[in-house]
Amino acid sequence: MRFTLSLCRKNLIGRPARACAMLLLTAFLSFSIFGGSVAILSLRNGLEGLESRLGADVIAMPYEAKTKFDLNTALLQGNPGYFYMNRSYLDQIAGIEGVEKVSAQLYLASASASCCSYAVQIIGFEPDTDFTIQPWIRESYSGTIGEGDIVIGANISMPVSRTLTFFGMDCTVVAQLESTGTALDNAVYGNIDTIKRLIAASEERGLNLFSNINPDTVISSVLVKVYDDYDAEAVKDYINVHVRHVVATQSKNMIAGVADGLSGASRIVIALIAAIWALCLCIMMIANTLLMNERRREFAILRVAGASRCRLGGLVMAESALIDLIGSVLGVALGALIVFPFTGAIRHGIGLPYVLPAYGTVAMLVVASLLLTVLAGSLTSAIAAVRISRLDTGVILREG
Amino acid sequence: MQLVAEALRKDFFRSSGESNFFTAVHEVNFTLEEGSLVEICGRSGSGKTTLLNMLSGLLTPTSGRVLLGNDDLYAMNDKARSRARNRSIGVIPQGQSALHSLTVWENVVLPIELYGKRADGARIDMLLERVGIAHLANVRPSELSGGEMRRMAIARALAGDAPIIMADEPTGDLDDENTEIVLTLLREIAHAGRAVLLVTHEAEAAKYADAVYRMNAGVLERQ
Repeated sequence: MRFTLSLCRKNLIGRPARACAMLLLTAFLSFSIFGGSVAILSLRNGLEGLESRLGADVIAMPYEAKTKFDLNTALLQGNPGYFYMNRSYLDQIAGIEGVEKVSAQLYLASASASCCSYAVQIIGFEPDTDFTIQPWIRESYSGTIGEGDIVIGANISMPVSRTLTFFGMDCTVVAQLESTGTALDNAVYGNIDTIKRLIAASEERGLNLFSNINPDTVISSVLVKVYDDYDAEAVKDYINVHVRHVVATQSKNMIAGVADGLSGASRIVIALIAAIWALCLCIMMIANTLLMNERRREFAILRVAGASRCRLGGLVMAESALIDLIGSVLGVALGALIVFPFTGAIRHGIGLPYVLPAYGTVAMLVVASLLLTVLAGSLTSAIAAVRISRLDTGVILREG
Repeated sequence: MQLVAEALRKDFFRSSGESNFFTAVHEVNFTLEEGSLVEICGRSGSGKTTLLNMLSGLLTPTSGRVLLGNDDLYAMNDKARSRARNRSIGVIPQGQSALHSLTVWENVVLPIELYGKRADGARIDMLLERVGIAHLANVRPSELSGGEMRRMAIARALAGDAPIIMADEPTGDLDDENTEIVLTLLREIAHAGRAVLLVTHEAEAAKYADAVYRMNAGVLERQ
């Protein structure tokens, strides 16, 4: 075994161009499978995160929101929106048959903020009834969100326990949320009392952005949870028919466009991986066959020296495994260098929610990519190894 | 160690021609004794190399036996036959026979290290000295001349201390000076007690041999 490995090493060093060509092919295989898998999982994570963050079956907003605000656009591009309706709609919707829970939210858009160069969406929730934002907050913060406290999205660069200033009012950052890969990561969350104070602060500073609203009597949206045995679509239709000046949308329809985009992007990545693998495996098979022909005399000399057919096969397989292992490690490393530092650029480029998998999943992907590449490389050389083991040494030696 | 061929025959399949088969070697009976140098001469295509390959365990005969000592070489499986060849038969193949990723020294110790043994450095140095390429021990085969390459192949055949040496056209493309060096060396090896089989069409070789056979259209006859 020691001799085989030593001969493999010398063969690879002795023929650097040959070794590098095979190394590049295997690196390309592992790069595509690793990078592609991370991309697909990131897209899936993005969609799952988005679905879980929306949390409600139906969202009801004032009719004007239909023209003023598009959830898809808001989620993906981060255009903040604000619109208001009378609070009485909350009770009206709560009384509809099939509705299990309702909770109101109040949206503001900051003119500017100390954290960011862009307008920030501020989302106020009612702690007593909220069933969408607080479960998400609890993943990173177990305390109470008091008046003046805010929770920030993953993209807002501000350490926890520091303050952020909106309309001249300091708000304490108590937690930062996990990334969703959407514009929800650019938003700021607080309870409804904090939002009321923000509105008051804007009036005091004469910004007068929200002077026509009374936060005690208005809300921006009603989030509806429907009983499991009721049809969310029927509840949505009932609201649209019977509750005037309100438009209701099923959340799954709201993100249907995003889901279609994600599904399409995943299909493209899978097709690309399949094409790259088919092409590379064909090239590797042809390259291995050509190499074996080129090395016929070398193998014949080993036979003359006393190597068995099995030993020759072992040598070919060991060389291949060495190249495949080094190549696949290089490919995964290259994939990691592109996929991880450029997550933001990728997300921006594809315009879809994109959340990297957890470290454990990435580690499993690394191992799986290495194993698959080494296995595929070994299979292509196994065919060549079988051919080599069948070579007629006498005939090769006569060929000179 | 003695090598005996009993009714050794080799047929090759040929798709064109009058018959589907042609016989390269007709029932050969032959004995190679230790301490002797036997030459087999003949024209190109007469079956010399085919016979040598069968005798060295590299080409399975159509019929007949090759006895290495008391063991039938072709009754063994490939692994055992390869091991027997490594231990008992040093083959000097026709033409270029170097592994180009190894140095001359590494090429020479190949049969020893192939089975995990450690080569005796002093002995290998002496062997290289004897074939006149000691100063080239660390160079790659691509830097050797034809004669030096052939001497390296001889050193490799001798390195494993095999009792039987088989040389296929060892002077094929060498000049007169190198031809004499190689033939003298093979004669010395036989004198030292090993059995040497020399396949050649070099007329000069006969004077170094204890016995000369001629191969003609696959039939072996003693001269």
